Parts: sequence; C-alpha cells; structure tokens
Amino acid sequence: MFDWPIYDWLTAHKIPLGLWLKNAVDLLTEHGESVFDFISLVLGSLIAGLTSALLFVPPLLLIALFALGAWLVHRSVGLVVFIIGALLLVANLGYWQATMETLSLVLCATLVCVVVGVPVGIAAAHRPWLYAALHPVLDLMQTIPTFVYLIPTLVLFGLGVVPGLISTVIFAIPAPIRLTHLGISSVPANLYEAGKAFGATRTQMLWKIELPYALPTIMAGVTQCIMLSLSMVVIAALVGADGLGKPVVRALNSVNIAMGFEAGLAIVVLAIVLDRVCKRPHRRKG
Amino acid sequence: MPAVEFRHVDIVFGSDQQGALKLIDEGRTREEILGKTGAVLGAADVNLAVERGEICVLMGLSGSGKSTILRAVNRLNEVARGEVIVEHRGQPVDVARCNEATLRELRMHTVSMVFQQFGLLPWRTVRDNVGFGLELRGMGAAERNRIVDEKLAMVGLTNWAGKFTHELSGGMQQRVGLARAFATDADILLMDEPFSALDPLIRDKLQDELLDLQRRIHKTIVFVSHDLDEALKLGNKIAIMEGGRIVQAGTAEDILLRPANAYVAEFVKHMNPLNVLRGTAVMRPAASLPRDGAKVILDGAAGRICLRVDEENRPIGLELDGREGRLAVADGEAGHIDDEAARLCDGIVAPVDLKLKAAIELKQHTALPILLVDNLGRLAGLCDDDEIYRGLLHRINN
Repeated sequence: MFDWPIYDWLTAHKIPLGLWLKNAVDLLTEHGESVFDFISLVLGSLIAGLTSALLFVPPLLLIALFALGAWLVHRSVGLVVFIIGALLLVANLGYWQATMETLSLVLCATLVCVVVGVPVGIAAAHRPWLYAALHPVLDLMQTIPTFVYLIPTLVLFGLGVVPGLISTVIFAIPAPIRLTHLGISSVPANLYEAGKAFGATRTQMLWKIELPYALPTIMAGVTQCIMLSLSMVVIAALVGADGLGKPVVRALNSVNIAMGFEAGLAIVVLAIVLDRVCKRPHRRKG
Repeated sequence: MPAVEFRHVDIVFGSDQQGALKLIDEGRTREEILGKTGAVLGAADVNLAVERGEICVLMGLSGSGKSTILRAVNRLNEVARGEVIVEHRGQPVDVARCNEATLRELRMHTVSMVFQQFGLLPWRTVRDNVGFGLELRGMGAAERNRIVDEKLAMVGLTNWAGKFTHELSGGMQQRVGLARAFATDADILLMDEPFSALDPLIRDKLQDELLDLQRRIHKTIVFVSHDLDEALKLGNKIAIMEGGRIVQAGTAEDILLRPANAYVAEFVKHMNPLNVLRGTAVMRPAASLPRDGAKVILDGAAGRICLRVDEENRPIGLELDGREGRLAVADGEAGHIDDEAARLCDGIVAPVDLKLKAAIELKQHTALPILLVDNLGRLAGLCDDDEIYRGLLHRINN
C-alpha cells in the first residue's frame, strides 16, 4: 500500500509543525529575553525568599506554629496530633529542608495559579465565548505530556526552580480556572435578581454575590491545585528545582530503594497534611 | 401622578423584537408569534396605573405575564416598546429608557422587591441579609444596624438576627425578605408571589401581617399572585392577565360583578363573594321604594311598616303597625353593633359599604330589611334576604 503515489506525495511534503514552534520559541528568546529574565528573577526570588523564611525558623517551632494554625482554623485535636506526628516523621527521616523547599515551591505555584486562574475563571464565567475558546486550551494543558513543555520553558527561563514552577503552573492552573468558572456560573438566578433589584453594581455583584456563593467551589479548586502541584515535584526536580523531587530522581538513577521510598513517603505526608488543612471546616450548608 | 404607570408596554423575549412587535400590532396570539419569529411574547399593550398607597394585584395563571410586567418596574425585564413611568423623588422617570445611573438610584431608593423563592444570601446572617440594600448604598455599619434592628422588630424577628437563613422556617425567611425590602425605605414595593411557596396557614398569617403593616406604612405595592382569594383579600385594585394581556382591571367587586369576558367569568365563578360584595352591589335602591310623604314603605302593598325620614332622607323613626319601632346603628364595613342594642332593636341602620358577610350576621337580629345609608346618613337602599341570596349566587344584574 505504500506505493500509492498520493501517499508518497503526502510523506514528501511534511508540514514543519515542530519547526514552526521551535522558530516561535527562538523568536521569543531573541526578542523577549529581558522579559523572561525578569519573570525568572521575580519568581526565583519569591521562592528563594519563602524557602529561607521557612528554614530560618527552628523546625520544632515551625511545627508548633503549623499545629497552632490548624487548631485555630479547624478546632480538631485529631488533625493537630496528625500534623505534629507527620512533620516530626519527615524531620526524623532527614528531609526537613527538602520538604520546606517543596512546600515553598508548591505554595508559590498555587499562589501564581490562584492570582492568574481565579480572575480568568471569573472572566470566562461572564463571557461564554471566552470559555468556549479556553476550553480546548485547558484540555491541552492537562493532557499534553509534561516533558513537551518542559523543553521550551527550559530554553526560555534557564535551568533551576523557575522552569519547574512554570511547568507546575501550566499543569495545575486549569483546576482553579475550571472550578472558579463552575462556581460563578452556578450562582442561582434569584440571587442575581436580588442583587440587581437592590441596585448592585457589577463590582458589588462580584464581591457580594458571586464570590461568596462560589467560594466553597473556588476553595476546592485551590486544594486540587495544591495536589496537582505536588504531583509535579519530581518533574520540577528534573530541571533543577530543589526539594523532595531531587532525592527521588537521585534514587531512581542509583536504584536506591530506601531513599526513593523515604522521599516518596515525605511527599505523600506533605500532600495529606496540605489537603486536610485546606479542607473547609464543615460549619454551614448552602 | 400615579406611583407606577404602564403605558402601552410590550415585552418580548428573544432576538427578533421588531418582527414580534409587528405581529403584536396585528393582534396575533403568543403561539402565532412564537411560531413565526421564535420570540416569546411576555406582555402586549399593557396599560395600568397604580396610585400611591394602593395595593395592586396582578393576577393570572402561570405564564400569563404577570411577573413579566412586575419585573419591568425595576427593569429586571427589558421593555421592547412603551413606557413604564415610576415616581422617583417626585419626578416621573421612564424606567424602560432611563440611564444606568438613574436606574441604580431608583433601585436603591424608590423600588424594592420581595421574591417568591426569597432570594436570601445563605452565607449571611439574618441581620446582614436585611441590611443588604443599605450596604450596597455604602451606608456605615452603625446606622445600618440601627435601621435593620428596627425592621427586624417590625416583622418580629429580633431574636433571630444572628442566625443564618437556613436555620429559619419558610415563613420566617420570607419575613426576612420583607424586612430587607422595607429597610431601604422605598415607596414602591414589588412582591412577586411572595407567599406562594408557603403553606396555607402561614400564608394567611403573612397576608394579615402585610395588611396590618400597610395600614401603618402606606407603601405602593404591586403584588403578583395566582391565587384569586389572595388577590381579593389584599388588592385595592386587581388586574387579571391572560396570554400577556390585561383582560380586566378594577376593584374586587367590579371583577366579581362585571367580568369583562368569559375567561374572567370562569375565574371568579367559584369564588367566595362574602368578603367582596358590599351593600351597594346587592341592595334594592331607595329610589325604587314606595313612599307616602315623609315615610318610606318597607312591606310593599300592605303599608303597615314604614320608615320615617327627614327632609334630607335620613331615617329618623320606625312605625310598626302603628307602634313605634326601635332602630339600632351598625358601624363600618364589618357592621359592628352593640350586643344589647342588637337584641332589643326592630330595625338596623348600616353603612352602604357593608360587606355581604356582615349583612348576613346583622340580618339575624332583625326581621326587617337592613337599612343602608350613605356617608351622609341618607337612606340609600335596603338589603333583605332576597338581596343576600342573589349576592351569594352571583346573580346580580347591573
């Protein structure tokens, strides 16, 4: 079947899709270098700052502070005991510094996702055409293999924690966008009417009706975002980000079962702690 | 100037507004318009004036357009053609065409609304829900809470201020809705089937409370209902709607006695006339009674029972077969009468706007017809058993 002339013609005229993309990235590197350097600097210092702040506090004091914070929000003895135990275990295994580096990366990625994703979700909820346009892009961001966009981010932002952060954001940001969109677009018509009937402006409608109504859904998006960011920790380590991903990668390269298990366990522990802390307390129903 | 006035208002839902308007002018029905243009007729050529201090009930089956035109008063629905004039700070404003700033002013200060599904914000306490409108105005917390506490006292929810709305029963939630609407001190209150979601006993109680409040605060209320009894109980004026058009507007008595068409007649057929009909509608007019000088003869040909009247036609005495009879006086449309006087009297004088229900109660005390007098005390007519029966059976010819 390969001798059909049409097939020969088809294979002889390859569409240079990859080349186009490479050219686009080259163009960006050439002309936008200062912009990317600037972004890289800002994000890099953000993460570095947060990491050194977390490492500045003595570990036991920090664990106590985390426990206190969890108690103030949730008023649950079980949760506090779990958090103290889990963090002491991580420290005992010798991954305290790596855990704090990962925590810092995850928090920064989540911050970027929320700062960008929530407004985009709101805008999409107000403009159906925007959501229609965004929908395939979000699908693409969640399905395209991570390594594929890891390469251009490496080229644009250089080796280190920033391309790790950017890749994490690309992977995790669809969650807050989708859930913000869901939350805002499910505001019941009668609440909109109540707002309108009493003379709410668009801004008041957003802050006093839409956001409070959508808050539980948006928070679910933020929690998801944190979990997705954690799942990117190993990928981020591949491009040079510090944290719990590093020992995992090293363990993989040296077939070190013990180290891989311990570092993996630390990631899981951190994930469970963050998930439990971010869950909304069950105080009221809609 | 009426507080709210609809002038030739057409409301169309859909993109082909012009096409639909053309068909409306041709007098087509909603189905025809939907078939030809894909647009849904909300309201067609609605003309209605609601005077200040009046409760006007828009009444009809679901889909008749009653909520549609209510929502045009604060432009929750856009008007395709015509004017909706609302008195805003002493000036007439055409809500259908006014600019955004005026519309917002009007919604914040002149028109407020109560919703069928309450429309309360579940993440707010009762107090913060009631203060919602004031908060949108930018009022400070101290002043706001003072007003809110006052309105909560008005609807009897003072002890519930700190609760969340889902902790309240349906009736209480709607009281919160009422307090929220009262809080902005708007002159005009739009009520979109506010009591329909409540069970009948609570509904009845809230209707009474609303009438009670209205006697004190004198708002202009536009009220939507699909329940004729509710409409007759609350409305000073009732507009009956069908297929987006007002088929009849008038007082409860008007609608009951003079239905404009078969649709309205069918609507009022099974309705209870006891609290609607008044003496004026059922009485035998004084002018048709036989007279003998200054005496009005009450028993027809026999001429043995007569009412003496003065030169102004005011009843002054009763003659029963030559004996002097005793007259008692009943007050108000409910016909309040002193028990002792009722037991001893031979005849009863009552105001001409006496309700039919009251006439029946009074009739137990006297064998004679009830003597109805106008507001100057002049004899206007008689109400005897026959008149009561005809009223009950809706057989009144006017």
